[in-house]
Amino acid sequence: MVILDDIKKSYILHGRVVEVLKGITLEIKEGEFLSIMGPSGSGKSTLLNLIGCLDRPTSGKYLLDGIDINTLSDNELAEIRNRKIGFVFQAFNLIPRLSAIKNVVLPLLYSGMPSEERNRMSFDLLQKVGLSHRANHLPSELSGGEQQRVSIARALINNPSLILADEPTGNLDSKTGQEIMDIFKSIHKEGATIIMVTHEKSISEHAERIITIKDGVCFSGCY
Amino acid sequence: MDVIETISVAKDSLFVNKIRSALTMIGIIIGVGAVILLVSIGEGARREIYKELGELGSNILIVVPGKTSKEGGMHMGTSVVRKITYDEARFIEKRAKNIIHAVPVVLGTSWIKYKGKSRDTYIVGVTDPYFDIRNLKIEIGRGINASDVDSRQKVCVLGRTVKKEVIGDANPLGAVVSIGDTKYRVIGIMAPKGMALGFDIDDVVFIPTTSALELFDTDRLFNITVKVRNAELIDEAKKEIRGILIRRHANKEDFTILSQDEMIAVMGKILNIMTAVLAGIATISLIVGGIGIMNIMLVSVKERTREIGIRKAVGAKNRDILLQFLAESVILSVIGGVGGIILGIALSVGLHYFFDFLPTHITWWSVVIAFLFSGMIGVFFGVYPARKAALYDPIVALRYE
Repeated sequence: MVILDDIKKSYILHGRVVEVLKGITLEIKEGEFLSIMGPSGSGKSTLLNLIGCLDRPTSGKYLLDGIDINTLSDNELAEIRNRKIGFVFQAFNLIPRLSAIKNVVLPLLYSGMPSEERNRMSFDLLQKVGLSHRANHLPSELSGGEQQRVSIARALINNPSLILADEPTGNLDSKTGQEIMDIFKSIHKEGATIIMVTHEKSISEHAERIITIKDGVCFSGCY
Repeated sequence: MDVIETISVAKDSLFVNKIRSALTMIGIIIGVGAVILLVSIGEGARREIYKELGELGSNILIVVPGKTSKEGGMHMGTSVVRKITYDEARFIEKRAKNIIHAVPVVLGTSWIKYKGKSRDTYIVGVTDPYFDIRNLKIEIGRGINASDVDSRQKVCVLGRTVKKEVIGDANPLGAVVSIGDTKYRVIGIMAPKGMALGFDIDDVVFIPTTSALELFDTDRLFNITVKVRNAELIDEAKKEIRGILIRRHANKEDFTILSQDEMIAVMGKILNIMTAVLAGIATISLIVGGIGIMNIMLVSVKERTREIGIRKAVGAKNRDILLQFLAESVILSVIGGVGGIILGIALSVGLHYFFDFLPTHITWWSVVIAFLFSGMIGVFFGVYPARKAALYDPIVALRYE
């Protein structure tokens, strides 16, 4: 489902070209639970952003469900993110002035679903992550673990083929982190493809496959 | 994202910053209100003057000494050019076929005294048809008649203000007043005409032209006020009078014949310019209001950088973000526009209510233009911040603290 072929990415920082990814080749099959490990600055977040179509590679080929991402316009990328990808961030990234349910429904606003249907779906998902009783609370009124569960519900709402999580437990204590990992495992069991970036070994071990990235090259687990 | 959705998202975010949104709107409210108010003042003044001039009779030509262009307006009779005389007025009345009357008018100021009270006022020397021509009504007594003029009678007709100030509540008819050094008998009182644009047209005394020439020791007329038979004959009458006067002035055209319509047209032109200037000044405040919107939208975009990143990550297109922010600025300016219309109308009505002499007239076109302009300002000053928001790189925006 995800095929990366010799992906390179470089940025220009203070007038100097910094090569973050130096040729990653990787294939991820549907239904896999994969974690990407590596020290900070190794390029693992950059790789996740590329897979999530938030960014484009400088060179190399990326096929997502057979679509060549390099040929798509910004708007088409937005559409791919909307229909195929769900993001879970370390900092939760909920919109602070919107209630939990309004945050969950957000991706559907951009897919043109009728409001009644999308509200029902959002509520069902909040129920699934155990937060239906807090649907109308603002993020600031929720604990970190609750906020992350809202953002998982948001990631799931458009029924994505790919769920991307960037250090999803990084801002949580280990007990809450464990709860979040349990949710990931249960949605994986239901067939979701999950790619998770982490630098914690204990968290990465929940995944079926672990790849390690160091200095922009794949150290282990890439095939 | 559809239109309703976009508007509702914009509405939500405006609601979070209630005070900020309200303050931003005030800029537009003041701008739109000012446009409507100032245009209504200009338009009110225009209508008032049209009305006043219209009430001063129709089908009238005025012959003044000196050659002036139309734009010169009225002459004050002080020029050194060749004077127009009483005899010339009489001659025109006799010879011109297209006119009904030619009234020799003398204007001056003098003291009028009665039993220790006195007042400095305008003295107008006229002949009997003047009251009909100018639509002036006599309330008590009678006006000046032909024999008063012929025999230089020392009689006067008082305007309302003069009567009130000089004679008071006493019976004015038959009272003997002093004008200059001469005693005049009061024969009539004018019906009140009221204030017109701050000028009291009741503060005037009418006496026979012949007496006025004596009083001011002159043979120079202020003007000849001519009543033409009907509107179609105005041009004809003008030609006729011109011919008669040129012959008497040794073939020199050293006088000007103005028609009432021309004077109204000149006034109208001046007042249109005034209204345009007022509207222009008000528009500046509307533009300042627009800059206020842009300023606040830029702050809002900056504050919500992360939100923009989140929205983009979950599938918002550049266009969605652009429209969201544009909707906010347009909502601000349109609601401000509606508020401004209410404010402008309220001020226009209130101003006339509290200050009688300041006529206002609200025109529908100023309301429509002010409203459309405020909407345009919302778009114009909203596009830059909204575009800025739309073009944010989602990765950078997501990392923004």
